[in-house]
Amino acid sequence: MGNRHDSAAQAGRIALPDVPAATAPRKAPGALSRNAPGYLFLLPWFIGFFGLTLGPALISLYLSFTDYNLLQAPNMVGLDNYVRIFTADDKFISSMKVTLFYVVCSVPLKLAFALGVALLLNRGIKGLPVYRAIFYLPSLLGSSVAIAVLWRQLFDSDGVVNTLLGHFGIQGPSWISNPNYSLYTLIVLAVWQFGSPMIIFLAGLRQIPTDMYEAASLDGASKARKFFKITLPLLTPVIFFNAVVQTIDAFKAFTPAYVISSGTGGPIDSTLFYTLYLYQEGFGYFRMGYASALAWILVIIIALFTAFSFLSARYWVHYDD
Amino acid sequence: MTDATMVSAADTVAPPRGRPRWLSVLIHAALFIASLIMLYPLLWMLAGSVKNQNEIFGTASLIPSHFDFSSYVRGWMGAQVSFGKFFWNSFVIAVLSVIGNVISCSLAAYAFARLKFRGRNFWFALMLGTLMLPYHVTLIPQYILFLKLGWVKTFLPLIVPKFLAVDAFFIFLMVQFFRGIPRELDEAAMMDGCSAWRIYWKIMLPLSLPVLATAAIFSFLWTWDDFFGPLIYLSDINTYTVQLGLRSFVDSTGSSDWSGLFAMSSLSLVPVFLIFLFFQRLLIDGIATAGLKR
Repeated sequence: MGNRHDSAAQAGRIALPDVPAATAPRKAPGALSRNAPGYLFLLPWFIGFFGLTLGPALISLYLSFTDYNLLQAPNMVGLDNYVRIFTADDKFISSMKVTLFYVVCSVPLKLAFALGVALLLNRGIKGLPVYRAIFYLPSLLGSSVAIAVLWRQLFDSDGVVNTLLGHFGIQGPSWISNPNYSLYTLIVLAVWQFGSPMIIFLAGLRQIPTDMYEAASLDGASKARKFFKITLPLLTPVIFFNAVVQTIDAFKAFTPAYVISSGTGGPIDSTLFYTLYLYQEGFGYFRMGYASALAWILVIIIALFTAFSFLSARYWVHYDD
Repeated sequence: MTDATMVSAADTVAPPRGRPRWLSVLIHAALFIASLIMLYPLLWMLAGSVKNQNEIFGTASLIPSHFDFSSYVRGWMGAQVSFGKFFWNSFVIAVLSVIGNVISCSLAAYAFARLKFRGRNFWFALMLGTLMLPYHVTLIPQYILFLKLGWVKTFLPLIVPKFLAVDAFFIFLMVQFFRGIPRELDEAAMMDGCSAWRIYWKIMLPLSLPVLATAAIFSFLWTWDDFFGPLIYLSDINTYTVQLGLRSFVDSTGSSDWSGLFAMSSLSLVPVFLIFLFFQRLLIDGIATAGLKR
């Protein structure tokens, strides 16, 4: 499993389809008839790739250097959008802070829960499928609007969370409408969905050969030692995969912040995720050029993060080969 | 709880026989409590949908004093247009997306996995490259394109891309699976003069039902839950999906009809929950072996 994950995340290292052996063709068919079936099968993908992926990506790069409101033709402004984003845009700064804080808090917590519960479940527990299903359910349902709506009510000033706190004599704040706390409710929502990295951890744990533990036991290794010397190192490729995927996902989070703040990113921009800001600029104010520049900055941030992860992986991720 | 697990985690694969009874009891107690915490919000929503309006807040109890299903009737009509319409719209978009993804991605995957043509490795590498590309960079030009085509405010921007294999992850998944099918099968068929199309249709697809089912299920889930796409492209309430309908329910009734809102929220999760019940194996395998997001 580990390998397929890594390759999913690590496009560069994937083995390309095997190159056809340079044998003499049976009937020496012409180039057209030799290549035609492949290109025909790929036709839908080609249309999508050029028309919906590569073309649009290049156009948005171009638009990011323009001023464009959909009504007049794009007006070339050079680097103005980027200059304004980095020097004169408070909302960019606050959305970036909100997003980074969200990423830095939610991802490690989520992974810690996922790994902790996976370790607990991987001990030959009776009823494993039941527990696994229960812990997985929130991450299956979690990305829908219904759950975001529910979260808004749970953390409302007279919501369940405060009712429960009230039993302990604590007067909880109005979590959602208080800018000091609103982002934390979204972090809790993210952590609640630890089920899918947990499943990946469980699959990874099952790959660790039992005889390694047996050998370590014979040598009198303590449980803690076995965990730090066997389990954790052998699990690093899975930890790495989960961390990269979850971080990229966290950067792209949109729906919960939109629903909880009714699309405003409020109160006082405290839940203004980067994607929400991008949406407001593009589809609220129709500043298509500016929004394109924001999109490219997001791409560059994600690319830098990914590149950094893969560089750092050399030093801490344990590969068999 | 996490700390405790970390310490005792060393014997992850050790059989349970060596474990003292009290420890087993402790672990089950911890897991049971954790399960309750995980499920509580969902159960609270479900309970809230049949609770009396003023019983929802102020009590954390999961058991309603009496069951009142009228919220489902009120909620169904709670957002100007009936939720039946929203469910139908979501269903149409999701089913067409599933069909589109399965067909277009399997066509591309077959070409990458089995056919020989010039530039195959080059295109394959590009396809993998698109896996990494966040959709935000294509979002705005795509919107402009669909606007110029007159497709905005219709389902087309949500469906047509699925027929053009833009979800590269499914292609990748299917390529992996197709490569596992013995090559002798299609080589023998080719000797017999079978066309590439017949091999794809008569040999590859029938042998690939597990991966096709996985792709179908995940594309259904992703489309059903999609909020961003419909938010951008659909503005007439008659074309709203369930997710948009829920949002406009929140906006239109404000803070008046909580039980109705919970009723519709619960209903919107039913299709996902049914998939969970019947295809759990495929879901878990999809996540564990292919890293599909959920």
